[in-house]
Amino acid sequence: MNVVTPFEGIGASVRRKEDLRFLSGRGQYTDDMNRPGQAHAWILRSQHAHARILNIDTAAAAGMPGVVAIYTSADLAAIGGIPCGWQIHNKDGTPMAEPKHPVLAEGKVRHVGDPIAVVIAETRSQARDAGEAIVVDFDVLPGISQTTAALAPDAPRVHDDVAGNICYDWHIGDKAAVDAAFAGAKHHVVFETKNQRLIPNAMEPRCAVGDFDTMSGDHTLYTTSQNPHVIRLLMGAFVLNIPESKLRVVAPDVGGGFGSKIYHYAEEAIVTWAAAKLGRAVKWTSDRTEAFMSDAHGRDHVTRAELALDEQGTFLALRVDTHANMGAYLSTFAPCVPTYLYATLLAGCYSTPVIYAEVKAVFTHTVPVDAYRGAGRPEATYLLERLVDVAAKQCGFDRIALRRRNFIATDAFPYQTPVALQYDSGDYFSTLDEALKTSDWAGFEARRAAAAMHGKLRGIGISTYVEACGIAPSAVVGSLGARAGLYEVGVIRVHPTGSVTVLTGSHSHGQGHETTFAQLVADKLGVLIANVDIVHGDTAKVPFGMGTYGSRSLAVGGSAMDKAMDKIIAKGKRIAAHLMEASVEDIEFDRGTFRVAGTDKTKALAEISLAAYVPHKYPIDEIEPGLEETAFYDPKNFTYPGGCHIAEVEIEKETGRVTLINFTAVDDVGRVINPMIVAGQVQGGVAQGVGQALLEACIYDADGQLMSGSMMDYTMPRADDLAPVSVATHVTLCTHNPLGVKGCGEVGAIGSPPAVINAVVDALRDYGVEHVEMPATAPKIWSIIHAKTA
Amino acid sequence: MPTVTLTVNGKPHTVEVEGRTLLVELLREKLRLTGTHVGCDTSQCGACVVHIDGESVKACTTLAVMCEGSDVTTIEGLAHADGTLHPMQEAFREYHALQCGFCTPGMVMSAVDLVAKNPQGLSEPEIREGLEGNLCRCTGYHNIVKAIAAAQDVMHGRRETIAAAAE
Repeated sequence: MNVVTPFEGIGASVRRKEDLRFLSGRGQYTDDMNRPGQAHAWILRSQHAHARILNIDTAAAAGMPGVVAIYTSADLAAIGGIPCGWQIHNKDGTPMAEPKHPVLAEGKVRHVGDPIAVVIAETRSQARDAGEAIVVDFDVLPGISQTTAALAPDAPRVHDDVAGNICYDWHIGDKAAVDAAFAGAKHHVVFETKNQRLIPNAMEPRCAVGDFDTMSGDHTLYTTSQNPHVIRLLMGAFVLNIPESKLRVVAPDVGGGFGSKIYHYAEEAIVTWAAAKLGRAVKWTSDRTEAFMSDAHGRDHVTRAELALDEQGTFLALRVDTHANMGAYLSTFAPCVPTYLYATLLAGCYSTPVIYAEVKAVFTHTVPVDAYRGAGRPEATYLLERLVDVAAKQCGFDRIALRRRNFIATDAFPYQTPVALQYDSGDYFSTLDEALKTSDWAGFEARRAAAAMHGKLRGIGISTYVEACGIAPSAVVGSLGARAGLYEVGVIRVHPTGSVTVLTGSHSHGQGHETTFAQLVADKLGVLIANVDIVHGDTAKVPFGMGTYGSRSLAVGGSAMDKAMDKIIAKGKRIAAHLMEASVEDIEFDRGTFRVAGTDKTKALAEISLAAYVPHKYPIDEIEPGLEETAFYDPKNFTYPGGCHIAEVEIEKETGRVTLINFTAVDDVGRVINPMIVAGQVQGGVAQGVGQALLEACIYDADGQLMSGSMMDYTMPRADDLAPVSVATHVTLCTHNPLGVKGCGEVGAIGSPPAVINAVVDALRDYGVEHVEMPATAPKIWSIIHAKTA
Repeated sequence: MPTVTLTVNGKPHTVEVEGRTLLVELLREKLRLTGTHVGCDTSQCGACVVHIDGESVKACTTLAVMCEGSDVTTIEGLAHADGTLHPMQEAFREYHALQCGFCTPGMVMSAVDLVAKNPQGLSEPEIREGLEGNLCRCTGYHNIVKAIAAAQDVMHGRRETIAAAAE
């Protein structure tokens, strides 16, 4: 076997193995799959935000060409509702409200897009044609879309059994200490903001294919999921009552997720159930308009925050009050996003000594809201970094100096924040300094003056952030209400002739695991990447893993692989010791070679594996044959990437158009395995963050009508909306996982929105603008400019 | 039911379709060429871009019957017959211009046409503007633009290989 060069191990920008199939149109996305004899499903969805269903008349539809069956909730009486995976408790210790989330609407629809019926037909067109012939009698009721309206005393109830539309009223931190700190504070800054609802819009629409083997009674679900085992558990145990041994879930190539493909969705249960009922495969594919009203949305916070500072600008206390929109039903992880993934990040990079945060989660007649790239941490970072800029302006401090003054010192780690999390490592000063240099912050005023001579308003904005990912220690999240563990699994299977198959519970939907995970094996076991196969996404092949989200694949999935590789090496050493007639303590292993210490007696990994599978001259009484090891890894803590983002923008006064001139990202993601992949993740995340800051907004009218119902009305960032993004990394190793990695998938989307908005406000500094709500669209900025100059 | 006769990636096909069948549906469902993707329903995203008679066209906004007698190239037909990748495909891999891969076929087909029509060479802002019809949610376009800038030099003979362009 050839020796692995440094060009394939940790730190190398190895080009991706998976690209070859994607570039030649040979990807296997779920809609590319066609099962023999499959029928097609089409979902009839509510066009009303809130209504009682008086009658569903399927008679005309049932007689149309190709129709196999039509089902409503009446047919699903025996199956369960969609479960929620995280239970939050109220301030008084009582559990959150958990209204039923039916697979098909039962008696009432609660958001535009709420599924009412499913038509199964021979072709997709026939199913749609028949679906459009279903007549539903509605008693239309008043709807509400905003949390403020939902909390009003006379607001209509989204769920009859949930008073005040409050899912939970939660808090964290020390209220008394915060109140006391404010009492004596020289400066008291108040800031109110929204974090607008977003639509994830992964480019691949969701798709689910249910299949059923009538001979064996085995169910199979092919689905666009980030976590097939989680779907198998939720759907099998809580919805359809199918034992795991009879249910296989496969998530093949998935075209982006960003969180929206974590959740167990009704359509997965519908096709699985229908396939068994009909004895044939049933395929459902979302179209984009449907996705807008059925994929989980993101963000949607309304917040009032207060910061207390002393005369020199030291942060004394932070008080936060947030209303978080849950939508009409609880999606799988929804309750934890504005609590344990948001409020626990309110220290940010700062050593604020006391913090108190209250969060009300509110039901409205809108699509369910759940995690979307960053999941709570963009909301926290946006709040903090806008608040710090506002405080700097209001109190007369320099915005860089104010941040520096309050940064957690580099020698203060591990650092216990006042909001539960303990950061293991970080260096906010270095990332700040590097970003200031790269962005030429010092030269900005000259650029502003030059732009002004051409009638343009230029601004520069900064954001310094910490985030928490690599989720998560099972016992910790369990005590916080998680209904699952958050470990990961890795199986290293060394084949007789020395190639390696890795089974991982992580799932790649763009992250490049087939290459980066193979780099881990190349680096540690010395096997060429071409001879390492990464298998993921199939519950029939991979032991139970929790999947990919929360930037956990490398930190948790990679660590599980690392542990399993350690077991391989340990067993290999025992076999090598026998083969080379040495004692196991004298065996060294380095990148594929076992050596008797101090000698030139060596065995390659492939020789060891052959011996293990052909155990003729082998200590069979002491060592089992085979060379395959499994490890489950439960993280000891979250991981804490951090960094500094700087955005420079230019505003055209005549149109209000904000142009991103350049963007600098310096991120500490711990050890870097593949710099090219890390840069790609940051650039992609920044694009989504810039999208949030300048372009995107999911808009409902007050009554719950979805106004931004397609890509005609929801502005997705395009190539000419963005500028080159400079990416650099600074490494402080994670202290508690074997790889020292922190995760990089979400930092781009977390750090960027406040950097951009801080730049926009800076550009408008001659207009007396305190704050601009996202997105900073041209009409909004034009109105600000022209109101001030009127 | 109407039929349509067209050439796809060099092979002639006669296919029975409905009047309303889209070209992308013909490709994906009738011919099982699933490399061309459907990402939206308002002609915004470009995941469905193919070449029809040498022009890049969104297959989601083209009726199959409109392609009678046409010569269609999809992503599956872009590489050379012996399997060697087209310079645009090579450039996308070299520059990490794809992540989930879903927008990639349409992005590559659009890019090939954009470059083919601009032998003088495109600047970075011109490339960005030329990609207005293609959405990507994963990459932020940064590396896509770099890949196209490299591929255009190779496609118009200014450089020999993508690897040379990378230096």
